[in-house]
Amino acid sequence: MTPNDFDFLRKLLRDRSGLVLSAEKQYLAESRLLPVARRHGLASLGDLVGEVRARPAAPLSIAVVEAMTTNETFFYRDKTPFENFRDFIMPALLAARRREKRIRIWCAAASTGQEPYSLAMTLTDMAAATAGFRIEIIATDLSGDVVERAKAGVYSQFEVQRGLPIQLLLKYFTQVRDSWQIAPEIRAMVQFRTLNLLNDFSPLGTFDVVFCRNVLIDFDQETKIGVFNRMAGQVANDGYLVLGAAETVVGLTDTFKPVPERRGLYMPNPAARRAGSPTKFAAARA
Amino acid sequence: MKTCLVVDDSSVIRKVARRILEGLDFTIEEAEDGEQALAACQRKLPEAILLDWNMPKMDGYEFLRMLRRLPGGDGPKVVFCTTENDVAHIARALHAGANEYIMKPFDKEIVEAKFQEVGLI
Repeated sequence: MTPNDFDFLRKLLRDRSGLVLSAEKQYLAESRLLPVARRHGLASLGDLVGEVRARPAAPLSIAVVEAMTTNETFFYRDKTPFENFRDFIMPALLAARRREKRIRIWCAAASTGQEPYSLAMTLTDMAAATAGFRIEIIATDLSGDVVERAKAGVYSQFEVQRGLPIQLLLKYFTQVRDSWQIAPEIRAMVQFRTLNLLNDFSPLGTFDVVFCRNVLIDFDQETKIGVFNRMAGQVANDGYLVLGAAETVVGLTDTFKPVPERRGLYMPNPAARRAGSPTKFAAARA
Repeated sequence: MKTCLVVDDSSVIRKVARRILEGLDFTIEEAEDGEQALAACQRKLPEAILLDWNMPKMDGYEFLRMLRRLPGGDGPKVVFCTTENDVAHIARALHAGANEYIMKPFDKEIVEAKFQEVGLI
């Protein structure tokens, strides 16, 4: 791939998905795009880039962007966010929403579904506490292919062994030849949609919890701030934002504030909103 | 430093497991079958046991049942590591007192995740 082609691809990825691919990751682009070129009957990466340049709106350009995004995920990844969800976030929300009896959760970069399904399993194990509540889990991802995989809920032996305790495998999965499929009742708890975080996500409504882990880390600062500020408009005042272990809002925006002694956990900062944050808080719950 | 007894009749698997577990700061002991493993546990109980299912002399399932009857035998965390990957085998292993279950083939990430799951790391 020529430096010119690589620069074109980096710009395409940034414009379409917000992801920043550093200059030294040409090898990554090449290894991920060669299979795309082959699938589309193109002899080389140069031909692939040529096609995308000629027809930027064609499905091939979507396939190129999707192939370059990272879908690394696993069940109960990092553990602590799920312990916080079970032991801190949910008890607080169950008390705060005892009248409406409705809780909305958004997994903003759900990839192949392990995160929203981990939440669904956690909620199922809390059935006594959540009885009578309507709990929605909306799971979104940029890639349509990935969303379809997530909806199917079928995982390889490797995937189910990364983070999923064996008791939960037995409890919630069925063996289908060499793979494992998550139970229909868990799948039914999650609504999957394709969504680009660069686009307007206000139609999704207001959420009580937003999981947005390990995705904004690959965005440039300006894009990251923009997403946080728009997200702040869609988290209830007493709701929560959950970020990845290596991510923070500190130094980027004051529309969220850290929850003391809960790493990776943030709450909206109404004072910042009143002080004239560029985002408008959606007061009405969806 | 915690000790892990690696029980497998394949020297290749024992070597791979040793490399992974030494990387996770475990001291490794090895046994080729259930009988050798039981003798090792009668001498000194390890903190962890990575256990194959199918082995000559005494298989992993039988070893686990015998281990749990030893004084202090409920102490070691036992992680099965086997090609037996059907639901019936997993359920049987858990019923016999296994703490976790790895389906071969495995890699470092899986071993690390499972050892974390049972509190060994």
